[in-house]
Amino acid sequence: MKTSVREGKGGVQILDLKGKITIGSGDVQLRETINKLVDEGKKNILINMQDVTTIDSSGIGELVGCYTSVTNKGGKLKLLHLPPKINDVLTVTQLITVFDVYESESEAVASFAA
Amino acid sequence: MAQHLCAKLIAGYDLPDETKHWILMALREALANAIKHGNAQDLGKRVHLEMEVRDDTLHIRVRDEGTGFDPSAVADPLAPENRLKTSGRGIFYMKTFMDDVAFRQMDGGGMEIVLSKKLLGPKQKEEKGR
Repeated sequence: MKTSVREGKGGVQILDLKGKITIGSGDVQLRETINKLVDEGKKNILINMQDVTTIDSSGIGELVGCYTSVTNKGGKLKLLHLPPKINDVLTVTQLITVFDVYESESEAVASFAA
Repeated sequence: MAQHLCAKLIAGYDLPDETKHWILMALREALANAIKHGNAQDLGKRVHLEMEVRDDTLHIRVRDEGTGFDPSAVADPLAPENRLKTSGRGIFYMKTFMDDVAFRQMDGGGMEIVLSKKLLGPKQKEEKGR
């Protein structure tokens, strides 16, 4: 999996993911990237999932772990551009109700200020 | 490799791409479960995989060489107290995306998971029989 971080309005960290978030391929990388941002005091994080091709239960577990980790530090973690199959995977486990999900990057970034 | 073989095995069936996607996801979950939880990531232990199509039903058998586990003891990932846990969803996904998931504790050790999925609906069976 490839990751890149850019900064949006209000210091929101936008994490663009590309590829797989599966066991042994991207799951640990996701956690390390989020932990690094949180350690740097960057606690408002928007994960852009548009180019994520595959996710499995390990990847979902890491997403949940990142959500908990950021929230416990007083931050917010939200999701952007969920591909339909990943939306399905989150829906069947009712995790879709846990995450704030956006289709528009500008709306998502603005929501952190609310 | 396993996904490629499975995809080839079901290629002759006119399944929606989505169904094929979920079958391959269930296969990945079964293999990951065997490596991570069954064999506890012990590189000296193997995972055995058999796949066949019989009576227009796909059967995937995944067997590990671990000490086994009680599948009924796996916590319900939909329970509010488990929803934010970082693990425990693999078996749930297998059950969600396949028609049947059976567990068998092997005599010589290890756990076998058998995933089954019907590849033809009643209408397609009727057409095939003509």
